[in-house]
Amino acid sequence: MNTEKVVFAFFIVLALTVNFGFFLGDIDNIDHHAVYELFAAIIISFIATAMKFGDRTYIGAVLLATSLVADLQLVVAAVDWGLALHVREEGLTPATVARIVSLSGGALLANVTSVILLMIEAALVRR
Amino acid sequence: MNSILFILLRRLRAPMILLIIVYAVSILGFVQIPGMDHEGNPWQMGFFHAFYFVSFMSTTIGFGEIPYPFTDAQRFWALICLYATVVSWIYSVGAVLSVFRDDAFIRIMKRNRFQKQVKRIAEPFYLICGYGETGLLVLNKLAERNIHAVIVDVQQNRIDALEVDNLGYKVPSLCGDASRPDVLQDAGLKHNYCIGVLAITNNDHANLAISIASKLIMPNRPVISRTESRDYAANLDSFGTDHIVDPFEAFSNYLTMAICSPYHHALYDWLTNPEHRALSEPAQSPKGRWIICGFGRFGKALRQQFIKNHIEATIIEPDPKATQAPDDIVIGIGTEAVTLCEAHVEGAVGIVAGTADDANNLSIIMTAKELNPTLYTVARQNEQANEDIFDAAEIDIIMKPSVMMSNHIMSLIKAPLLINFLKKIQQEETTWVKQILTQLEDVIGNQSLDSWSVTVSPWETEGIAEIMGQQKDYLLKHLVTDPDDRTIHLPVVPLLLHHDDQYILAPPLNHKLKMGDSILFSGHYQASRKMRWATNDITTIHYILNGINGLESPLWRWLTGIFSRTSKNDI
Repeated sequence: MNTEKVVFAFFIVLALTVNFGFFLGDIDNIDHHAVYELFAAIIISFIATAMKFGDRTYIGAVLLATSLVADLQLVVAAVDWGLALHVREEGLTPATVARIVSLSGGALLANVTSVILLMIEAALVRR
Repeated sequence: MNSILFILLRRLRAPMILLIIVYAVSILGFVQIPGMDHEGNPWQMGFFHAFYFVSFMSTTIGFGEIPYPFTDAQRFWALICLYATVVSWIYSVGAVLSVFRDDAFIRIMKRNRFQKQVKRIAEPFYLICGYGETGLLVLNKLAERNIHAVIVDVQQNRIDALEVDNLGYKVPSLCGDASRPDVLQDAGLKHNYCIGVLAITNNDHANLAISIASKLIMPNRPVISRTESRDYAANLDSFGTDHIVDPFEAFSNYLTMAICSPYHHALYDWLTNPEHRALSEPAQSPKGRWIICGFGRFGKALRQQFIKNHIEATIIEPDPKATQAPDDIVIGIGTEAVTLCEAHVEGAVGIVAGTADDANNLSIIMTAKELNPTLYTVARQNEQANEDIFDAAEIDIIMKPSVMMSNHIMSLIKAPLLINFLKKIQQEETTWVKQILTQLEDVIGNQSLDSWSVTVSPWETEGIAEIMGQQKDYLLKHLVTDPDDRTIHLPVVPLLLHHDDQYILAPPLNHKLKMGDSILFSGHYQASRKMRWATNDITTIHYILNGINGLESPLWRWLTGIFSRTSKNDI
């Protein structure tokens, strides 16, 4: 068993699950989407990205790309949240919530791709 | 470039993850810990404010407690976060800086830069492996002729020296083992503009590896290799190394020539050594018994040549077993009078101090001269730095392996036929050699002599090829005609003509040139430029052949054609 691989896979799968947890629920109902979950999704996604740094293989490069996509979507969602509360000062209207959740939905797709790639890589290893 | 980025990213992995975790924990803490606004109402910090506060706190800018003064619980947490974030920042910055100071990283950076420099070369260049004394001399001579070069050497201090040597243009250099194929490829072995590989390291085995690698990867790339042993020379020859240069072999040949056939020697000297002034009467080296000090590679090569030419020699060598010396030698270094007397220095005509130690060589010469002032002295100078003392010692012939090598290599680069010519003249009679010497002297006088070769081919001599395409004869006489005035000859002497496997020494001027003929000329450098110009310019060729002087461009021919037709119509 390879500890490094365990940690690596753990963070990639965790990024997907936390992201999914935030995404789940009515799209415009803020009660269904906890801010802590978004925070956790962002942090886990960042860590997963950092772990993918410096892999020269082809699959490694694609994995890094999917992670960067997820980071981008989640950060944009978080920035939108912050702007709505502190700059536009309109509060979390259903429209804003729907935008944030759909952005996280995009990140979810990127994370799904990431996990699929991880499974393909695992399947290719014959040891 | 990519590998640098990957190394950097990989090294950044741990610091990045640490920073992310420390930030996350700090922000989460501020969001959780209850605060208070000005009026004492309970207030919970949001992610926005928490991220804002942690961002400036961790860089210790410290804008104060925002948006409301902190409670003690918040201050407690801020204190912990402050140290945690600052420490992780210091660690991260340190990690990044250490990457840039890492030897492996610097090596890769240099290699990448070298690769890029080589790729950008857009002029013909030589790949020189080994930047010792020979390499330095060859590079300087190439620089004089504006030929570019790429240098590879195993020792960093030699590469550093290259940066100090001012050559007038940038020479890409790499510290690396040139016997490794990947290094050779980075150095431009496969580059379209690479015109040859010089394997001139001081390690025979490395030279062999370089030659094999370049012959296998690029079979058509000319390879000049240095070697100091017969076994390696045979080995190099077996897979088609174009030129093998052995400085000791070359010098023993040269010395024997000086003793046995002084005219041959004078011609050889004149052709290979550009600064040399020919003497109408070459110095006569004495015939008789010689003493050779040192029976290393040089001593062995010399003895073989001496035996071949029936010159008697006494050998002085301190370690006869290790050098497999013959039985009849005198044991000793030769720096003491006792040893020299034992070798009967008083009855000898000449002495060769050929050990690998410059101080010993000088000492041998000085001692021997004291014992026999009429002695003809030959000393081997190993280090270029000792030039002044060797010059002061009034030695008749100083053998400098590196100078010998570089002259030889430059002859090969300038005119590969020259080496063939020098081999051929050894079988010729003295009268013939004298004749060539007089011819050269008439032509060049006191100026420095240059040698070059011209090959008749559609790309090298465009004009001649065109004339030949019209089924007209072009003679050697025409090639040596002055393009400015066809009644006089250029100051050159045709020395050798090569076609397929045939060599003609001093080809006659009425020789009819054929495609593929290579002719070796010697003469003034200016004449070589005139000659090259005349071989390409069809107008000049018409002038040389027929004496017609006029513009002969296709456009002009067409215009004159129209003009003559219309004028005919008028009549």
